[in-house]
Amino acid sequence: MNRINQKLRENKKLLSIYFTAGYPNINDTVTIIQNLEKSGVDMIEIGLPFSDPLADGPTIQDSSTKALQNGMTSELLFQQLKDIRKTVSIPLIIMGYFNPVLQYGVEAFCKKCQEIGIDGLILPDLPVDVYAEQYKDTFEKYGLINVFLITPQTSDERIRYIDSVSDGFIYMVSSASTTGAKSGFGNAQEDYFNRIANMKLNNPQVVGFGISNNETFTQATRQAKGAIIGSAFIKHVTANGIDTIDDFVNTIF
Amino acid sequence: MKTTFNINEKGYYGEFGGAYIPEMLYPNVEELRQNYLKVMAEPSFQEEFNQLLKDYVGRPSPLYFAKRLSDKYNTKVYLKREDLNHTGAHKVNNTIGQILMAKRLGKTRIIAETGAGQHGVATATVCALMGMECIVYMGEIDIARQAPNVARMKMLGAEVRPALSGSRTLKDATNEAIRDWINNPVDTHYIIGSAIGPHPYPDMVTRFQSIISEEIKWQLQEHEGKENPDYVVACIGGGSNAAGTYYHFLDNEDVGIIAVEAAGKGIHSGESAATSALGKEGIIHGCKTLLMQTNDGQITEPYSISAGLDYPGVGPMHSHLYKSGRGEFYSATDDEAMTAGLELAQLEGIIPAIETSHALAIFSHKTFEPDDIVIISLSGRGDKDLQNYIDYFKL
Repeated sequence: MNRINQKLRENKKLLSIYFTAGYPNINDTVTIIQNLEKSGVDMIEIGLPFSDPLADGPTIQDSSTKALQNGMTSELLFQQLKDIRKTVSIPLIIMGYFNPVLQYGVEAFCKKCQEIGIDGLILPDLPVDVYAEQYKDTFEKYGLINVFLITPQTSDERIRYIDSVSDGFIYMVSSASTTGAKSGFGNAQEDYFNRIANMKLNNPQVVGFGISNNETFTQATRQAKGAIIGSAFIKHVTANGIDTIDDFVNTIF
Repeated sequence: MKTTFNINEKGYYGEFGGAYIPEMLYPNVEELRQNYLKVMAEPSFQEEFNQLLKDYVGRPSPLYFAKRLSDKYNTKVYLKREDLNHTGAHKVNNTIGQILMAKRLGKTRIIAETGAGQHGVATATVCALMGMECIVYMGEIDIARQAPNVARMKMLGAEVRPALSGSRTLKDATNEAIRDWINNPVDTHYIIGSAIGPHPYPDMVTRFQSIISEEIKWQLQEHEGKENPDYVVACIGGGSNAAGTYYHFLDNEDVGIIAVEAAGKGIHSGESAATSALGKEGIIHGCKTLLMQTNDGQITEPYSISAGLDYPGVGPMHSHLYKSGRGEFYSATDDEAMTAGLELAQLEGIIPAIETSHALAIFSHKTFEPDDIVIISLSGRGDKDLQNYIDYFKL
């Protein structure tokens, strides 16, 4: 069974951490992953940087720009990760935009992911209908879960459709925003969390965008299976480097 | 089935187009997709749109027989005078259409991106006209080099927000506008300025700009007793004036379609915006099209002396015209364009925008027959570019 699905069966709320590969330094990727696993995180999203990250706020934009300046590419990331399964067993997801994957070749990219032991992909600008028509078979052939996003504006009908195409979990974007934009959840988010919980979807939900501390993590996971932290983690490594990752994780849960 | 170079029901021109957008944008784009054709077909919409084009923009724009230019190149050249529109370019055709669309969709806040500032000015203009809040994203570098247009937008009541990310030019202004839309999904309409972006934008913008070729047909009938020219020529950045100029001729293969891109300092100089020559298929700003990018799929920064042509992609219609061979694609260097602009000024007494000068540079790349009828889209006037002409020619 895919490591993501195994993890989702555990009887606990899951913390997933996003970081941008190649940031703060080009060769930090493996150390960050190892330190995150040691600190008790449940899942990791490895950000493949893109020149034009439309869905991201300033923190992830800046880290992406820096990572590209540092020389990060798809090929280099795969090289860095080639022995990663010798040292970690945590579920690993690559998150990025569709164009770099398209240029690498969707099948070649998926094949490489399988060789390394990547468990899934999150490509926010690969639409669910295009995925279902053109790429689902390829992803499944290489044992990869493709995770889709829903937002407070997504209709129930579309959520049901996304749920039907999904495997693993559904990435629940907490509010209408780019990453890192809001701090704290209000009534609108609570209503949204309740609405989704009441839909009793087939796939568990993991909340992302706007989670930065224990309070927002607790709120987000009251009903959802887990939550994802990105911008707040990147701010932490920007300020403190990559050796004190457990300090950050300990403040969350 | 007859071959068509127009868009299909799924939002693609051949293999190009579609809507490659994050889920956060889906409700907005889907709302537009479901409504745009319906709204445009409403008689009240048509009436208001046509009235404004006539009384406010000053349409129809003349189709002018350029006698001296024709003599010089030994062919028959007509200029479609979009430069005479209110605000000085074709851009306003689209912003009028989209502001009326936004009103009918109940939107109260307008955002736009701009490079040189022409689309920003055209958007600020229609927002003033309709009393709507207007925010224009513009790269920090473009703000510095296009000061008069920034002042115009402010005078028209728009807020100009600098795009500080990436290369701080048009591509980044577009990213910022899209991010704004993600953060304001309910009350805001995004007026995209070119025939780019996720479906239905390329088609919607093309339809609003198609007034250009609609008029060409009846105007040419008056001049020449026939409605189809031998060639239509336009410059292409994103490609909205070109899309409008080609629209009614797309499926009539007796009419040659000619596109002129910006070669900058030369196609292989590393400083160019000749997307068809340098680009590969990929995803930019929500659509699958040809774009300039690294082997790793990172979008690269184009260069042209013309701020309106330095976009790293090209609209999906044009990618299809290029790939299918339906369109002939050329590229003009900065030098060729500037020379062609000066030539038009001195032969016909018309100072064109530098974008438009690229279309006029077709004569240094292609020889036409004496009885060919060649229509060139004179997409904009050169007032905004005076400083560039001054610097270039040491005027």
